[in-house]
Amino acid sequence: MSVQGWSILLIALSFALYIGVAIASRAGSTKEFYIAGGGVHPVVNGMATAADWMSAASFISMAGVISIQGYDGSVYLMGWTGGYVLLALLLAPYLRKFGKFTIPDFVGDRYESSTARIVAIVCAIFVSFTYVSGQMQGVGIVLSRFLEVDTTTGVVIGMVIVFFYAVLGGMKGITYTQVAQYCVLIFAYMVPAIFLALHMVDTPIPQLGLGGTLEDGTPLLANLNNLHQDLGFGSYTSGSRATIDVFFITAALMAGTAGLPHVIVRFYTVPKVKDARRSVGWALVFIAILYTTAPAIAAFARTNLLQTVSGQAYDDMPEWFNKWETTGLLAHNDLNGDGLIQYTGPNSDVPNELTVHKDIMVLANPEIAGLPNWVIALVAAGGLAAALSTAAGLLLVVSSAVSHDLLKRCLKPDISERDELRAARISAGFAVCLAGWFGVHPPGFVAEVVAFAFGLAASSFFPVLVMGIFSKRMNRLGAISGMIAGISFTAGYILWFKFISPESSKAENWWFGISPEGIGTLGMLLNFLVAGAIHRFAPPPSNETQRMVEAIRTPGSATE
Amino acid sequence: MTSSPPSELQDRGSQYWRRNIRLLLGLLAVWATVSFGCGILLHHFLDNYTLPGSEYPLGFWFAQQGSILVFIAIVFYYAHAMSKLDREFDLEEK
Repeated sequence: MSVQGWSILLIALSFALYIGVAIASRAGSTKEFYIAGGGVHPVVNGMATAADWMSAASFISMAGVISIQGYDGSVYLMGWTGGYVLLALLLAPYLRKFGKFTIPDFVGDRYESSTARIVAIVCAIFVSFTYVSGQMQGVGIVLSRFLEVDTTTGVVIGMVIVFFYAVLGGMKGITYTQVAQYCVLIFAYMVPAIFLALHMVDTPIPQLGLGGTLEDGTPLLANLNNLHQDLGFGSYTSGSRATIDVFFITAALMAGTAGLPHVIVRFYTVPKVKDARRSVGWALVFIAILYTTAPAIAAFARTNLLQTVSGQAYDDMPEWFNKWETTGLLAHNDLNGDGLIQYTGPNSDVPNELTVHKDIMVLANPEIAGLPNWVIALVAAGGLAAALSTAAGLLLVVSSAVSHDLLKRCLKPDISERDELRAARISAGFAVCLAGWFGVHPPGFVAEVVAFAFGLAASSFFPVLVMGIFSKRMNRLGAISGMIAGISFTAGYILWFKFISPESSKAENWWFGISPEGIGTLGMLLNFLVAGAIHRFAPPPSNETQRMVEAIRTPGSATE
Repeated sequence: MTSSPPSELQDRGSQYWRRNIRLLLGLLAVWATVSFGCGILLHHFLDNYTLPGSEYPLGFWFAQQGSILVFIAIVFYYAHAMSKLDREFDLEEK
């Protein structure tokens, strides 16, 4: 069977699975719609969190980014997993004990302020939409590439699927579909990786293959460093980013991860505080399976690419080369007209003739390694699973922010359970359509905005939540001024270097050499400092709130 | 627990909290050491060595795989130690 035939078959089968699961787990109450009834097993929740977290970017782009950047790509590996340590130690158990539905719930109740609640609502919606448009675009790209439909049709197909199970099932529906999606995506990621590892370093465990040796006995990484040096690239294992920048980007991604609303709400769905602590561990295990494989794929793919194409005749290139050239992910420009492909780095005298897009590493790997057609099609199903599961989680945050936080808690407190559930479904439906629209008309700066989402989460949510739990004295004035200082500093810095004056975005103009990707860390510190200084000018929170803080700190005590 | 006088209850509560803080500060120190320490600040120095039994440059290994494995251990250890602490202070959820 052809790749396209296999793709249609596998994608259709996986969609049927998701819809089946969604129908079996419809939500009947707002509690089921927002937090799946609060009875999800910690391992199941861990798996759902992993699918929720790992987006189209993790699945398709991350290995490619590491492959191109080498050591510098480590910021994503450490940043996006280290955040779970913060989540497990500083947030998840306490927010579970607090036991309501959303982040704005906690912020509003803890700081006794509807202003704080509304700031939290706006941030939650902004962060989620930023993210979701990238997912929808990912769905469109994968479908269009593998099924040869146009991107718009691809996005619409994705919308219909997400609409179906997010609107119908709410959190309960997406929890169990995410479990199914995790299984699909991890299988799809590991199968080509195992084949590659066997092919390159003769071990079936790709994670260990990174430290393995090639057929001729040279270590994989040492060989890669030599290849890099010969072709004028920087050393693969050393990287070229300034240490301070690596430090700040990693910290911003960690705090940002811990502050992302769609991840945090997943830990409201387990029965007990104890389960929340363990569940983060399981989530991290399921994420780590992919995240420890990604750097191995990156190194395999890099070696493969350099050995296959560099210095070889263009006419001798295998079939996949031309196929991916037509998609624009590979481009060869024969500058010196010798018919050979010179792929060289910035330190070489020979001009570079090949441009390689980061997404090709995962998408084209199975073909480069000569794997069977069904494995190639599997990658398509896996990429879709990753994008759809993340999109659904994010859309749920948007819908609960509107129906629960805005409507029920701010505008219309006496709304009935049935009406609130209906409002939740309607806002989820609207959010899907809006996300689809962004997917078809991407705002051209998706990549830039993602830095924004992490920076914002790191400089607003993370400090405000941590202080709300760990300081009884922290009050409304401190929290709001901290958030405003953190957000406006971070947003200002990113806006300046990404949108207003992108040509000046160079290391010598950055403050302390910190790139816009890493500035969230400084914003977070500023938030803590400002809140710590300003809160002394206002009285401590009410006794009732202080008792609430005590209650969320101790698992067995009564909450109210 | 309901029979204890309020002040004793408060004492026990703050003792539980202090133990928790001590535990998590210790674990955060490990978290920072493997990632920001070994993976970033000491990365070039550690790359002079390899992970025993393999061909990984050590700093690079911490940055790309090692720190992730330590993170998992930290989270499970914390969950385990806190369950014990909950039992010791009779704070388990029913």
